[in-house]
Amino acid sequence: MIELFYWQGCPSHPEAKSLIEQILAELGRDDEIVMTEVTSDQEAERLRFPGSPTIRVDGRDVDPVGASARPALTCRIYHLPDGRVSPIPSREQLEAALK
Amino acid sequence: MSIELGSEAPFFELPGVDGYDHSLDEYGDATLLILVQSCNHCPYVLAWEDRLMTVTRDHAFEGVRVVAINSNDVSRYPEDSFEQMKVRAEKRGFPFDYLFDEDQSLAHALGAEHTPEVFLFDEKRQLRYHGAIDDSRDESAVTQNYLRDAIEALLSGDEPLVTETPAVGCTVKWK
Repeated sequence: MIELFYWQGCPSHPEAKSLIEQILAELGRDDEIVMTEVTSDQEAERLRFPGSPTIRVDGRDVDPVGASARPALTCRIYHLPDGRVSPIPSREQLEAALK
Repeated sequence: MSIELGSEAPFFELPGVDGYDHSLDEYGDATLLILVQSCNHCPYVLAWEDRLMTVTRDHAFEGVRVVAINSNDVSRYPEDSFEQMKVRAEKRGFPFDYLFDEDQSLAHALGAEHTPEVFLFDEKRQLRYHGAIDDSRDESAVTQNYLRDAIEALLSGDEPLVTETPAVGCTVKWK
């Protein structure tokens, strides 16, 4: 199961969803992406949501390192293979998680 | 709702990470003044940070001053505390002043909504460009350098071709 947790205060989740869909299409799959909006600090705590977007495949975060950050309604920071910062996971991270 | 083009720069006097207070008047001799709503924790700010530093350095000799402002509610976003601002500025070697707008008065006066969000004022301190630094958080995909183009137009005595763009990024974290 592919889950995408997001917070409306951060604009990155549509781009993340689009990238997942693109990778799934390349893999010849049509898995559903279960979208869950996180709307409060309490929900962020309960869902262990370290920021938007948070993507889990079969319950496992696509970026295990960042998954342990403090739960918060915030934009999540990802690090690209070249060291740059990004508001969404890298294609490589998503491909590795989805394969 | 952000201030309109042509509006005067709002007055401010805020503490900087360098240990000094900085006011609008202090930048009186700047040819252009660029206020950038910013913070520590937002990945969009971090993605654009190097480009903002480069623009600052490239135009410093022409008297263009860049001032970054963090107005976020630190009770909910402790990464944006004044102490953490000092740490980040030191670590990155910011070539611009980085001010703490703890009571959010400057963010309210500007009508800022996002980080990063740019307000470019001319030598009369009237707003001439407002919005994004350029058109992509991914530097390799940039096709329009909005801020740099606006700076160069104004320094040449011309009107910027693009005066307003949507600022893409995190929201300002209001109290």
